[in-house]
Amino acid sequence: MSSSNRPLSPHLQVYRPQLTSMLSILHRITGVALAVGTLLLVYWLAAAAGGPESFAGAQGLVGSFIGRLFLFGWTFALFYHLCNGIRHLFWDAGYGFEMQTAERSGWLVVGASGALTLLSWILGYVMMGGS
Amino acid sequence: MSLRSPLGRVRGLGSAKDGTGHWWAQRLTALALVPLTLWFCVAVISLSGADHAAVADWAGSPVVAGLLILLIAATFYHAYLGVQVVIEDYVHNEMFKIAGLLLTKAAAIVLALTGILSVLLLLLG
Repeated sequence: MSSSNRPLSPHLQVYRPQLTSMLSILHRITGVALAVGTLLLVYWLAAAAGGPESFAGAQGLVGSFIGRLFLFGWTFALFYHLCNGIRHLFWDAGYGFEMQTAERSGWLVVGASGALTLLSWILGYVMMGGS
Repeated sequence: MSLRSPLGRVRGLGSAKDGTGHWWAQRLTALALVPLTLWFCVAVISLSGADHAAVADWAGSPVVAGLLILLIAATFYHAYLGVQVVIEDYVHNEMFKIAGLLLTKAAAIVLALTGILSVLLLLLG
């Protein structure tokens, strides 16, 4: 095979954006965001281990407007990465490669991660008594 | 037709030098994280607005502490494997790449240990 005939990976600059490719890069972006977000998880656990005072400080930071904004973003990133990760595991097992199936499972992931994010926050506010 | 060299076939390794180990570990940790993450989300939601006493009480159970340690271990293993691939894909300067990989690995180990120690303190505290 001459080198000019080799299949090339898509030239992203001239590639028409489509659902499957957008969701694919979003999986990476949310993965990196979640890796950064583990800082919050460890901080929260360490603050709880430190005692009531440090825990109150952590709760205050997470409960602030900026804290909640970040937490909301991470909630979506988590549910998206989780749902799309399950989609990936199905592909790894050899299922769902047809274009129509991939498109449909993509929309399913978008819907499920959005719904789970909203549901979690509604339940969280209900648990706090609406504060 | 196989595209693998005879030596590569004998060793069972591809261009990444460790065969399918990385791929397989990423899938296994992903699989483990599905139930662990869902459990943790439900727990955190039910702890919304809880004070220190309630959280300490929750984390004082050996089952909760064990699940938290499993969650932390799987999370940081999975996160390292993922960030490693991202760095290998996008960082082309060899020195920056190695530095980035080492820093990521160090951060994952330090954060995982901090998390696990905190869980143990909560369990025994």
